[in-house]
Amino acid sequence: MDWPSHCGDCFAGSLPRIHNDQDLVYEYRRDRNLAWFHRTFELPHTFSQSNLVPVLERTLIWTVSVVFFTVIISLPVAQVLHAKFPGRRLVRYALIVPWAASVVMTSTSWLWILNGYYGVLNRILLSLGLIKDQVQFLGNPTQSFAWLILVAVFVSVPFTTYVILAGLTTVGEDIMEASTVDGASGWQRYKHITFPLLRPALLISMVINLINVFNSFPIIWVMTTGGPGYSTDTTTTLAYKITFRSADIGQSASMATINFAIILVFIALFLKVSRWKEND
Amino acid sequence: MSSTVATLVTKRKRFTGRKVSLMISGWVIGLIFLAPYIEMLITSVKSKSEILAIPTTYAPQHWTWSNYITIWKQLPLAQYLRTSIVVSLSATVLVLLIAVPAAYYVGRNKFRGRTAFLFLVLVTQMFSPTSLIIGIFREVIRFHLVDTWLALILIYAAFNLAFSIWILSSFFASIPIEIEEAAWIDGASRIQALRRVILPVALPGLITAFIFTFISAWNEFVIALTIESSPVHQPITVGLESLIGQYQVQWQYLFAGSLIAIVPVVILFALIEKWLVSGLTAGSVK
Repeated sequence: MDWPSHCGDCFAGSLPRIHNDQDLVYEYRRDRNLAWFHRTFELPHTFSQSNLVPVLERTLIWTVSVVFFTVIISLPVAQVLHAKFPGRRLVRYALIVPWAASVVMTSTSWLWILNGYYGVLNRILLSLGLIKDQVQFLGNPTQSFAWLILVAVFVSVPFTTYVILAGLTTVGEDIMEASTVDGASGWQRYKHITFPLLRPALLISMVINLINVFNSFPIIWVMTTGGPGYSTDTTTTLAYKITFRSADIGQSASMATINFAIILVFIALFLKVSRWKEND
Repeated sequence: MSSTVATLVTKRKRFTGRKVSLMISGWVIGLIFLAPYIEMLITSVKSKSEILAIPTTYAPQHWTWSNYITIWKQLPLAQYLRTSIVVSLSATVLVLLIAVPAAYYVGRNKFRGRTAFLFLVLVTQMFSPTSLIIGIFREVIRFHLVDTWLALILIYAAFNLAFSIWILSSFFASIPIEIEEAAWIDGASRIQALRRVILPVALPGLITAFIFTFISAWNEFVIALTIESSPVHQPITVGLESLIGQYQVQWQYLFAGSLIAIVPVVILFALIEKWLVSGLTAGSVK
């Protein structure tokens, strides 16, 4: 074995496979009579066992902050890519890559970049003199979670930028010219003309992002497996853990149901806050 | 007169200054989004010993391109790629076959429960495959589809229908009915009008639906991992997983394989880039 033993958990994301697991098939056959429904009432047990409250809080922080930062970053990025400059086409292609590439693979690359011993980020920061010793970027839960959010924003920005770009093309040159003639400054134009016209595009991209980010699994699973313990879990990864670690179909079905309820509430709240209907 | 010239000159200067700063920010943005993939490429051509070198090398000292040959020999990559292509393409075709008529009807007709239908479509988009994995697995067992391509095709199509119907219905709704009526008057049947007149106009929407479904099927991992046990039926995302051991990750091979999986979809995506913006426009204008 040529891999140092301290790196045993380097790739946290090796996944269990259930297709060889006869137990599950057995469980399935035995379990047909909707017994899972009754087990729903055993949920408090699951909750205390896995510290559900912090996981719920984290899920809220995760979803809100990833969607928020994604939009905040995508707005100026779209503005740049909307303008004409040499090489714009290539930059647009570059932005497509994280969108087209598998999130599992992108997360794996980030995991390697952030590696505490062999990662290139350590090398860069050391060379720049920003750090004195190598840093274990994924060493503690809080720090890990911040990196997870960063990677999630990274993979969400391209799609969001393109939706905003699509929105920008509907803004129309003539309105812009008219307002320039009327003496509106760049910022004024953006605030009073562009931004309101972008509203439908922003709403669409935010709803899709809300759903995707809440349901996002591979980033967290590849980089930390939600660990150590449950310290970087969201309800989505927790549901997966319950499914495969406890192999209790009832509990995992309950967790899936809860997940679905949460996302419904998220979307409903969002639509209410954004006053979706006023849009029509 | 001279003052006008002066403002013109400063204006031009400001303009080029703006252009340069735009260009620089644009390129920086591009680099940032490429960075993890550049690192992937660099790592994929490093030798085994160099990967474990401290301090980390920025560029490989020996460009070990043979890593790509090794992984191609070590893993049945061609087989994985074939599965990925067959499954993703079939799922995409299936999605379009179902979504086009559904979206056409919803986009063209006002009917009772239309809003409810569209809402239901949006709701199905909210389910994550990961949370539903047990249910999906049980269903697959019941239909005796464990370890088949068909299972993946059906599941991927199901999970991607919502978005396609959504985007296509707003596209169809935005096409003026007069165009279609003109075709009917010329003696075209409804189906003919749809095929010859509407679909070509809705092409950006079709392409957007196509690429979204294809990409998500190509990159799907958890379901494929759960359902496909034999290498013949595994897509490349799952196939590469064998390079990840409990204690040892063969980073150079993992990244070489990942790039082989990433490059085709990036090219496909880049080819339709100019359609993408107009495809998303209709969806967001809705």
